[in-house]
Amino acid sequence: MRSTTTGSNIGSQVILLFKKSLSHTFNLLSVKSNALTICSTLLDQKVKIMKFDFSGLESSAPLYGLNNELLSDGFSAAPSFDLPVTSDFDDFQKNSIQMVKPAKGTTTLAFIFKDGVMVAADSRASMGGYISSQSVKKIIEINPYMLGTMAGGAADCQFWHRNLGIKCRLHELANKRRISVTGASKLLANILYSYRGMGLSVGTMIAGWDEKGPGLYYVDSEGGRLKGTKFSVGSGSPYAYGVLDSGYKYDLTIDEAAELARRAIYHATFRDGASGGVASVYHVGPNGWTKLSGDDVGELHYSYYPVEPATVEHEMTEAVVA
Amino acid sequence: MECVFGMVGKGFALVVADSSAVNSILVHKSNEDKIMVLDSHKLMGASGEAGDRAQFTEYVQKNVALYHYRNGIPLTTKAAANFMRGELATALRKNPYMVNIVLAGYDKETGPSLYYIDYIATLHKVDKATFGYGSYFALSMMDRHYHPDMTVDEAIKLDDQCIEEIRSRLVVAPQNFIIKIVDQDGAREHSWRRTTKD
Repeated sequence: MRSTTTGSNIGSQVILLFKKSLSHTFNLLSVKSNALTICSTLLDQKVKIMKFDFSGLESSAPLYGLNNELLSDGFSAAPSFDLPVTSDFDDFQKNSIQMVKPAKGTTTLAFIFKDGVMVAADSRASMGGYISSQSVKKIIEINPYMLGTMAGGAADCQFWHRNLGIKCRLHELANKRRISVTGASKLLANILYSYRGMGLSVGTMIAGWDEKGPGLYYVDSEGGRLKGTKFSVGSGSPYAYGVLDSGYKYDLTIDEAAELARRAIYHATFRDGASGGVASVYHVGPNGWTKLSGDDVGELHYSYYPVEPATVEHEMTEAVVA
Repeated sequence: MECVFGMVGKGFALVVADSSAVNSILVHKSNEDKIMVLDSHKLMGASGEAGDRAQFTEYVQKNVALYHYRNGIPLTTKAAANFMRGELATALRKNPYMVNIVLAGYDKETGPSLYYIDYIATLHKVDKATFGYGSYFALSMMDRHYHPDMTVDEAIKLDDQCIEEIRSRLVVAPQNFIIKIVDQDGAREHSWRRTTKD
């Protein structure tokens, strides 16, 4: 719809109401644009007041015959569809929205400690009950000193993190200094806010080291942005929080912090069906990020809980042949 | 589950807000500051959808600062409240901001004032205001115990009673609360009421 027609739209809605009071049967499921065309033609015949330019409103959809009686006087029929047969239309709307809403089936976590930021994630991608991949990279390298985590729609996260990386580089070139974690997270949050309500699904954490030291922000597709020291995102996050909160201290060494992160991811993958695969752990320090480890969670399970050899009560031996 | 409330006393106005940032059943953060200092003598306690709250309050803060730079004098509390209401009203039928705001300010000429601004752009100048599930408990308590020209200590005592009531009666009560005060010396943080350390 061209912007020039919006002004006339309001006027034509008034005419529509006026016309409804005049005429008899008029199909209410018709698309507004065709209704306005009908209005204007009728108006031309009866009262010549205003001529509106509706050329921008012509719908290109094929005509569906509604009632041939209406078609007989040369008006174009409005494209329409049958409403779904359901007793509860409101729930139907809610359910259909729920169906397309992608669940954030993952576990990611990040926390700040005295030596920087520890970032960890699983690597399972699931589509409902089907595991589509066990080797997804959920920690995205935005630039050599900033990491982003992926939860929600994979495409959304990958694309917008890549886009954020571009914007950060442009900022560096324009201002001759690296962008701060605060600035980068705000850029992403503003972009996601502008697409609010349009179906993006992103639950990410931006972790980095800038002039002010380690920084960690949680940004999501609803437009929320939180600064914090400890976050976990995804369907497995409550499980990870439990392990993370009980073992966290600011004064952990790098190895202890890595083990805490790995353990938290492992416990989340153990209980949450949508998380699994490989637990990757990254560390962001003053010189940028480094990947510390990537362990299969199945192997982690047996290293944490080794199988005890079963005690044998009766040992079977060969029967002595007389 | 978010609670924001405020009241006017003798020469000051208080705003109390919870400090939890929640996502369905998960508490991401329990020391989030939801009372924004709009300028030297104005406080804005906001509750509502996460993205809307941050974006709208920052937008208002920057516009209030812009007015100050352009015209050399700061906006009065009444003018700021009406500006906010206007912005909410304009956006309401297109892209509504789901934010509820309690605006407290101190003007030299008129003294302390409190404004109740709803997400559907309702604006009322009031003595006491509450938002959120906590309002069911806090509002009646304030109606009962509030009287005009309370001192700071009396007002803090009433706030503590409200917080206690919310903590004991609300099923998913927020853990921590922040209290900010504005009087002739300016807007500043007064204290926290914590049950958990973050």
